[in-house]
Amino acid sequence: MLSRVADNLYWMSRYLERAEHTVRLLSVNLNLMLDESTSSAGQRWQRVLAALGDPGPTVWNGDAYEFAQQLTFDPANRSSITSCIVSARENARHVREQVSSDQWQWLNRLYLRVSRFRLDGDADMQLPAFLASIYEGVHLFQGVTDSTMSHGEGWHFIQMGRYLERASATVKLLEAYYREFGMENRAPEGSDFLEWIGLLRSCTAFEAYCKVYTADLSHDRIMEFLLLSAEFPHSVRFSVDRFYSAIEATHTDGDRQRASALTRIAGRLQASLNFGQIQEILAQDACAYLESIRRCCGEIHQTIYGLYVDYPIQTALAG
Amino acid sequence: MASIDLLILTRRQRVCMVAGGVKVGGKGVDTGSWRVKVSKSDGYPQESILPRLLEVPALPGPQLVKRRSMSSPQHISAGSGALRNYLIDAAYDEMFSAENSVREHYLRVLEMFTSLPADEIRRRKHSADMSFLNQGITFTVYGDDEGTERIFPYDLLPRVITHDEWTLIERGLTQRITALNLFLRDVYNEGHILSDGIVPREVVYSCRQFRRQMRGLQVPRNVYIAVVGSDIMRLPNGDFAVLEDNLRVPSGVSYMLTNRVVMKQLFPLLFRSCAVRPIEHYSQVLLSTLRSLAPEGRPEPTIVVLSPGVFNSAYFEHSYLARQMGVELVEGRDLVTHDNVVYMRTTVGLRRVDVIYRRVDDDFIDALTFRTDSVLGVPGLFNAYRAGNVTLANALGTGVADDKAIYAYVPQIIRYYLNEDPILANIETFHLTDAKQRQHVLQNLDKMVVKAVGESGGYGMLIGPQSSVEEQDEFRRRIEADPRNYIAQPTILFSRAPCLTEDGFEPRHVDLRPYILYGDKITIVPGGLTRVALRPGSLVVNSSQGGGSKDTWVLGA
Repeated sequence: MLSRVADNLYWMSRYLERAEHTVRLLSVNLNLMLDESTSSAGQRWQRVLAALGDPGPTVWNGDAYEFAQQLTFDPANRSSITSCIVSARENARHVREQVSSDQWQWLNRLYLRVSRFRLDGDADMQLPAFLASIYEGVHLFQGVTDSTMSHGEGWHFIQMGRYLERASATVKLLEAYYREFGMENRAPEGSDFLEWIGLLRSCTAFEAYCKVYTADLSHDRIMEFLLLSAEFPHSVRFSVDRFYSAIEATHTDGDRQRASALTRIAGRLQASLNFGQIQEILAQDACAYLESIRRCCGEIHQTIYGLYVDYPIQTALAG
Repeated sequence: MASIDLLILTRRQRVCMVAGGVKVGGKGVDTGSWRVKVSKSDGYPQESILPRLLEVPALPGPQLVKRRSMSSPQHISAGSGALRNYLIDAAYDEMFSAENSVREHYLRVLEMFTSLPADEIRRRKHSADMSFLNQGITFTVYGDDEGTERIFPYDLLPRVITHDEWTLIERGLTQRITALNLFLRDVYNEGHILSDGIVPREVVYSCRQFRRQMRGLQVPRNVYIAVVGSDIMRLPNGDFAVLEDNLRVPSGVSYMLTNRVVMKQLFPLLFRSCAVRPIEHYSQVLLSTLRSLAPEGRPEPTIVVLSPGVFNSAYFEHSYLARQMGVELVEGRDLVTHDNVVYMRTTVGLRRVDVIYRRVDDDFIDALTFRTDSVLGVPGLFNAYRAGNVTLANALGTGVADDKAIYAYVPQIIRYYLNEDPILANIETFHLTDAKQRQHVLQNLDKMVVKAVGESGGYGMLIGPQSSVEEQDEFRRRIEADPRNYIAQPTILFSRAPCLTEDGFEPRHVDLRPYILYGDKITIVPGGLTRVALRPGSLVVNSSQGGGSKDTWVLGA
């Protein structure tokens, strides 16, 4: 597969994952804020910004819908939902002979819907409906991808992009919550209780969490579930497992040597999540631990690039 | 089907009822259903809506043909009015052989379209447009910042070509392409045709597309032009003539293929009943053509399509062909050369490339040999090509044979190499470097079409009868400043075919671009891209100038 194609598929997938994540954060928080006093609104939306990695020119300006619209539509913000979908579609357009016609059509439709949408009327009604339709469109595309594209090299690059993005987004989200609410092990009370439900729902994890731990919320359990669950698709461990298998599947036996650096970094991260225990993690500096995972994801990204996309010609000719 | 009478309206909307029809000779048939009367005199002075054209005699006033059902009233709501605005004039009409006679091969199509309610036709048209949009079958409009992707306007009525007509086109194009390929080989090697004085040396050497770097370079199988898209049109007398040979990077074939897919979806039964010859094998033929041109000693060649990238107006086509052939679509930045071998960068390292179907112009293909500011090409590619390690299709420098000034010599070129008379006509062409011809042209600018030799896509063109005095003066200045850069041709009224418009069916000028593939043999898939000048009366079919396309049906024997 062409290096450029791998690059485009990887980014197409990352951008869509990013769009989905932003959609979920906005939907959940637009809904949660209905229960709160306006004084704490600033705190909430600052946290959302932090969880998204403080993207671009968007700043909290006191109006929740205005703010959500910026994160949804602002073309100047590279991480806005619209920008992400435009970028994903642009990446797919560069490699449209590599994705299936169905994939291309559904992504193109999603793009057309997003780029032609104009808010006319009440944001409180229209915005949540629009976000829901994007959410649906992204999921549809992912389903079509899994069922119409060969699960070969290209698909593995899509998996890498998707799960690497998911792992780092979930880690960022956890960081934002734990920096604000701290790590003391106590049952959340009052309005905090809603916030912790919000955290779980931001990862579509509330129902899954309840199945394991019942509706009994506690900080350490939430952390354990979102960080270390082997079965829940939005947990960091699950994401790391997935991209580790994608990396493994990508290199053939012949170039295992070439990929050893990548296998090592990704494998070490995987092992730390697979064998780590929540008490140990919380006993030390949990925020530092989260940060180290995030750094590790960045390092994996760089290594993938050096290995598959941006390698020096001289070494390739010699090998 | 109900018996139908047709009404003739004059341009001034005077209606005269006609009882019964008259069969007028030619290829048309009088089925008893399609009756249009010849209206010679209605008391008004006769005049054409089109300016008088050089080749066309003074015309009787155009007739408006109206179709109406007398015996079955339900037919009025269905079909009536659809042909209300159908004007027949001096141009050859693809559907009507005369005012009261529809050509036999158009009968089924016409019956189908006039029997459908207008709403249903609109619904199908909308569904075709949505299908193109959702599939992203769009072209890029230059100089437009947002909404840069548009769908290529698409007309629902297929253009129908009979088996005999196609056989003639096929023979004519095969002859023409064979001769042009021999010409290219000759001018880049011994140059017999130049020393024999058939084509003047200065015309060849002054051509901007002549590439001296190609002198003496041996190309596989001596095939310079693997993919050709010739523009054919039909003269008022019904003969086909070649307007232009596109020997560099002809585009549009993806529209030919996707138009067909859409037509089959929208009109399955009609399609089936017409016994249309298939064109779907184009991509396989293209692949085997490219494979047959691989460098020697490369039995399992790696073939790629080289595109300038996603911002090129034909990007959709590049990716479409790559996917249909199952080969990689590459851009210049994906390729590297080392020791005169071309490689592509893949995730598992470098992989050798043998055949490049290049959709990048000569000028941009190698910054080391041609334009040094090009970032679209591959530095060092030309040396690899010269060394015979990679095949480029088409070869470089083929533009010398589709230069508009060389065009005038094509009949002589065919006679010189093949010792045959040309099967397809050429349009009379004036050389503006010749003082006498230039004089003639400048005096008759209002009747001429003037074209810049290096331009395409309908740019840099003057259509005399439809131009203003200022435009003519502008071209006069340009011609006098650089006569080699222009040629002139009499304005040709090329044929018209029915198209769907806001109010029923109207005739529009059409041309035809069949695609010729030249590898170990010459193959022309039966069909082509029929381009339509959608603006009423317009003679320009280019998509950049308001043109559209329609599916082209070549009928079986």
